Amino acid sequence: MSESDTAELEQFRAETRAWLEANCPPEMRKPATGDADVFWGGRNAKFSSEPQRVWFERMRDKGWTVPDWPREYGGGGLSAAEHKVLRSEMAKMGARPPLSSFGIWMLGPALLKYGNETQKKEHLPKIAAGLIRWCQGYSEPNAGSDLASLQTRAESDGDDFVITGSKIWTSYANYADWIFCLVRTDPTAKKHDGISFILFDMTSKGVTTKPILLISGYSPFCETFFDGVRVPKSHVVGTVNRGWDVAKYLLQHERAMISGMGERGVGRPLGQIAADSVGADAQGKLDDAMLRGRIATFDVDEAALAACAERAVDLAKAGQAHPAFSSAMKYYGTELNKRRYEILMSAGGVDALEWESERSKQGARPRAWLRTKANSIEGGTTEVMLGIVAKRILDLPGA
Amino acid sequence: MALVLTEEQSMLRDSARGLISDKAPVSHLRALRDSKDPAGFSRELWHSFAEMGFAGLLVPEEFGGSGLGYMEAGVVMEEIGRTLMPSPFLATSVVAASALSRGGNAAQKAEYLPKISNGSLLATLAIDEGAKHRPLQTALQAVRAGNGFKLSGAKALVVDGHVADLFIVAARTAGSAGERDGLTLFLVNPKAKGVSIERTIMVDAHNAARIELANVEVNADSVLGEVDQGAALLDGVLDVGRGAVAAEMVGLSDEVFNRTVEYLKNRKQFGKLIGEFQALQHRAAELYVDIEITRAATMKALQALDVDVAKAASAVAVAKAKAGTTATRAVQEGVQMHGGMGMTDQFDIGFFMKRARVCEELFGDSNYHTEQLARARGY
Repeated sequence: MSESDTAELEQFRAETRAWLEANCPPEMRKPATGDADVFWGGRNAKFSSEPQRVWFERMRDKGWTVPDWPREYGGGGLSAAEHKVLRSEMAKMGARPPLSSFGIWMLGPALLKYGNETQKKEHLPKIAAGLIRWCQGYSEPNAGSDLASLQTRAESDGDDFVITGSKIWTSYANYADWIFCLVRTDPTAKKHDGISFILFDMTSKGVTTKPILLISGYSPFCETFFDGVRVPKSHVVGTVNRGWDVAKYLLQHERAMISGMGERGVGRPLGQIAADSVGADAQGKLDDAMLRGRIATFDVDEAALAACAERAVDLAKAGQAHPAFSSAMKYYGTELNKRRYEILMSAGGVDALEWESERSKQGARPRAWLRTKANSIEGGTTEVMLGIVAKRILDLPGA
Repeated sequence: MALVLTEEQSMLRDSARGLISDKAPVSHLRALRDSKDPAGFSRELWHSFAEMGFAGLLVPEEFGGSGLGYMEAGVVMEEIGRTLMPSPFLATSVVAASALSRGGNAAQKAEYLPKISNGSLLATLAIDEGAKHRPLQTALQAVRAGNGFKLSGAKALVVDGHVADLFIVAARTAGSAGERDGLTLFLVNPKAKGVSIERTIMVDAHNAARIELANVEVNADSVLGEVDQGAALLDGVLDVGRGAVAAEMVGLSDEVFNRTVEYLKNRKQFGKLIGEFQALQHRAAELYVDIEITRAATMKALQALDVDVAKAASAVAVAKAKAGTTATRAVQEGVQMHGGMGMTDQFDIGFFMKRARVCEELFGDSNYHTEQLARARGY
């Protein structure tokens, strides 16, 4: 909250605002029109527009693709308070994130905590600069919500592991340069105890990917196959067979990221979007009392969730956060985002039903609506999240 | 400002919790109810409260108070919610003290605020007239007469109305019901000629009254704030009350929830602890998340009130709307998960259910505040 800023923070806020005003192109102050309009970086990265390139490069040069990472790894070196200021100033002007990346949201935090110095120096600056695009090899065909029962095995062979098996729901595996992957390094250990967390190049011999067509008509996920992929043992992050610790830590970040999807998704308030298509009655109220009520109730819940997200950050800073709280946020945030898109479909009426037309931007809204249905499945289902809250936070009995 | 309690606020919480849980557990309310206590609260306890600085928590130091903020008032309200302690804190120390601090002239402040601080004066806001909270529908008439006004009309759900030493009455000096202009707040002595007071025994066993004013004469010095321009002052004072009631509901919800989770860990059915059943685990987890979100929204609202009461309306609407639905859910799940025991008077859960219903109506229910948010956002 700006009212309580210290003098230094006040100055940082003013400088940040001025810099953003001067450097963020007007085109980058509107939400992306679709997935093709988001910059993901990587070896084969293409910018969708010149302003997108300019915005990315300026932010990268300041270290603000990853504002809170240390400078030595390509970050901006901002304190938590400064980072909060930057985020709020960007939000105020509607500035887009310059780079979207699983490397930033998920792998980076895990490497910062568990990676050795060589790994940090090798990978973090490339993530920050958008040079390498990462994907996540977690889920397997027979181990979805029960992630720890994964079967992809990595067998020791001298200085290497040889990896054989397959993954599913690997987001953008067909575009990724590298993968962070969970593999079973000890098949005889208890299910959580024989897993390792390993990094390798997707161009390695033996790696193939196959996109999965979804109900939205998109293929953001892939099946990924490993047929004797040879990876140096030095690519294991953390300790061999202790990969579950890294995986869990990373999942907290993933869940926090997914729970925040709603905020990033849509620019204009629902009430305004609905007013445009439904119209107003004589008193100026949205001319559909039930829809208006649903939107208002949604707005209450969304504002309350935003306060809770802010508090979660403050609790973490104060050392009072429960480690499983991200599961609570993930559950609520994804359910809320699904509600948002149900309302958007209601508000749009016939206009929201067009699938292939210029007017509908090739069905952007119905496709996004369908996409949200995965929110409460990916990164751990709502049921798994509630189970985690019940057992780890509330300490309820049972397996 | 971070949405976590500071060290000082945590200390305040601990001392409030200590006193309240020790002297006023739910059995305290039960005893007052069962004995049909004429005051409906413990004056002795109220004096201890005042001695610890709670009665004058929001009163500026120059008038003998602690000069603390709404976050601190919320901390105390949350503790009150945990045991349902009946006390004049909400009506006197939060709502009336804010009305006098914000709207009072020098003489009014000097007369009333020190007495609120030392616990010797109880005051309350008289606002609602119909079954539902509709401040702008105020119809109670104040007609100019001589150097002052004559007040006529009726008010319902006046918290602590039968024990208060001072009423702050919302009246209409101009315009008609529904209009924003023409509202004025008056300080009225409950003992004045023409005032009749009926204590209403309510579902939650807390104090409330219906009052009637028949040509009650007050002089010009009794106007709090500006004549005809009372709406803004009233909005701010009501928002303070709403934030405080939201905090009480957070405490109430959290307490019921804790008791329910304990029960799930101890009660066996079908040869298992009922807390092992996934159907109950998931409902408990959902409720936990609702309570945490409501707590954050309430802290956000109290913080907004501390920064600028006039700009806090939307944050308060969110908090009161969310607190109402969460508290309702918490008490309903509490009773349901306790099974038949939850339906008995002997068991405490029912007290929480009754209080939650009153808190939901007080200063506007969830629908009212959801509507306010929709209007503020222009759709």
